[in-house]
Amino acid sequence: MAEITLAQALNKAIDEAMAEDAGVFCLGEDVSAKQGGGVFKITSGLTEKYGEHRVRATPISETAIVGAAVGAALAGQRPIAEIMLMNFVGVCMDQIVNHAAKLRFMSGGQTNVPLVIRTTTGVGVGFGGQHSDMLEAWFAHVAGIHVVTPSNAADARGLMRAAIDCNDPVIFIENILCYGLKAEDPGPGYRVPLGKAAVAREGSDISLITYGRTVLDALAVADDLAKEGISVEVIDLRTIAPYDEATVLASVRKTGLAITLHEAVRPFGTGAELAANIQEKCWDSLKGPVRRIGGTFSPVPFATVLEQAWIPNKGQIVGQIKAALGKG
Amino acid sequence: MSTIDRAKLLDIYTRTMKVNRTDEKFRSLLMQGKVAVMYYCVRGQELVSAAAMAALTDDDYVVCTYRGQGEQTAKGIPPELWWAECLGKVTGTCKGKGGTMHITYPEKGIMVTTGVVGSGLPIATGLAMASQNNDDGKVTLVSFGDGAANIGGFHEAMNMAQLYKLPVVFLCQNNRYGEHTAFADHTSSESISSRAAGYGMRGVLVDGNDVDQVYPAVQEAVDRARAGEGPTLVEAMCYRMMGHFFGADFSYMPKEHLAEMAAEDPLPKLRKVMLDHQFSEEELDAIVAGIDAEIDGAVAAALAADLPGPEELAIDVFETPLVEAH
Repeated sequence: MAEITLAQALNKAIDEAMAEDAGVFCLGEDVSAKQGGGVFKITSGLTEKYGEHRVRATPISETAIVGAAVGAALAGQRPIAEIMLMNFVGVCMDQIVNHAAKLRFMSGGQTNVPLVIRTTTGVGVGFGGQHSDMLEAWFAHVAGIHVVTPSNAADARGLMRAAIDCNDPVIFIENILCYGLKAEDPGPGYRVPLGKAAVAREGSDISLITYGRTVLDALAVADDLAKEGISVEVIDLRTIAPYDEATVLASVRKTGLAITLHEAVRPFGTGAELAANIQEKCWDSLKGPVRRIGGTFSPVPFATVLEQAWIPNKGQIVGQIKAALGKG
Repeated sequence: MSTIDRAKLLDIYTRTMKVNRTDEKFRSLLMQGKVAVMYYCVRGQELVSAAAMAALTDDDYVVCTYRGQGEQTAKGIPPELWWAECLGKVTGTCKGKGGTMHITYPEKGIMVTTGVVGSGLPIATGLAMASQNNDDGKVTLVSFGDGAANIGGFHEAMNMAQLYKLPVVFLCQNNRYGEHTAFADHTSSESISSRAAGYGMRGVLVDGNDVDQVYPAVQEAVDRARAGEGPTLVEAMCYRMMGHFFGADFSYMPKEHLAEMAAEDPLPKLRKVMLDHQFSEEELDAIVAGIDAEIDGAVAAALAADLPGPEELAIDVFETPLVEAH
């Protein structure tokens, strides 16, 4: 089987969805062929196949992009809106939170918003304070939105197809550093159901619950610690909200210890919700407190040395695991 | 004499009185303490909504605001469903989960009622984008107030709609107040419609109290949109004759201005147009009596209807009902 990158996987998933359903269309800044198919090329080649009405290059107008996508979705289309960088959601939160998320409920189920909002972010490329944040907790806190992020190319293909199929809004977070990750191409039609976590690596001593780019760190640490006889189970949530509670709780009940890990800052992050829920429901299985690892509580800095100090690193993960196991 | 034909005039009159009698009834119920909900009065703006809805087909899309009673009833939401929703009953359009600020009824094209000033314009742009993509011949009309013209989404939507020549009509009901702030105190330009030029869009300014101005202007905008000639910004000058919402203090509205605007009241003016067209007093009164009877029946049914059960909290959040875990 051929290998594909995560970026190619997203492009293929969108391409095949557009080929199958004339209601699927893309809109966003710089997305059409005239601008090179998006700044990260995720929509490259699509204008040539489907025309400019289905790959709409928009003005720099995030409120109008998401608002228009909400309107088109209400009319039965399946828009894929690109918000170039995740921090720009600050410009269009009203449309996402007050409209996309709530219209199904407020209409008593008469309308719904089958909308995918693709957005990119990531710490480690020197983009500084306004182009790097992981803001998934903002959306996980709002009822009515699915929040999804892939950690590998195969999942990217499958999650994107599932997101486009979904009859509710999906925030689809892509990490810039992961676009080049390669995996065996799962092929056309492949889907990873929303709300289903993956046990990325089985283990018995401790559960490391994470998603997105930090899954790579978690797996690397698990490999290293295996050599020391520590067996780490890595859970890749894939869908951050609403998340796969059954898989998380089953893992923690098995291992008796849990650490949450994300790139987003730690205070009020999704790790706090996971930890609280685990402690409420797995108290009798727990051998120690649920620990949380996350980014430093400061804006993402520019200088490489500061940026690397900001981001949760493998050393921290190892340290927390050993401390939890009393081997610190 | 009006250039509008008699059948259309009768249609507009009937819709206008539906809006007005619904408004009167709502205020009466609130005054008597029979209901206690947020309600945004439309007294003074009935004609603009009714004439605009008379320019659309049943299938055309409408996006309106919390002061949207006019669009909602004039577009044809059945009164029993509308009243039940306003009273928070399970028999309402939205099962009591939307309420007065979020009335939705796609069957008659009422796609979104937003409680956020100005948020409807980008959504209307998207509904029109879907119509352009599907070539379905539908027109979207979005109604908003003068206050909404000062939020960023207005600018973004106007630019995008004109850029793509989308089949959308932007109807600004300039009722002279953005919440409690008078037009001159919140807007630097002399009119809203003049801004259309800045987007290369067609802008039209009309007297919203004059059926012979407001209906033809909206109809032309709708026809142009349907013909693929792009959007129009129609600004209809009217007057919000009461406070921002029912019960709100409106002592800030100068008494002299209120008296002056009372002389411009669209309802007696429309009545005169009807009489000029040989509709009889009796005929017009009978229309109103029929509307009142329908509203009374709808209110009685809504008052007697069941409340939504707590299970509704888990339904319609996502397509699949939520489980307890979340």
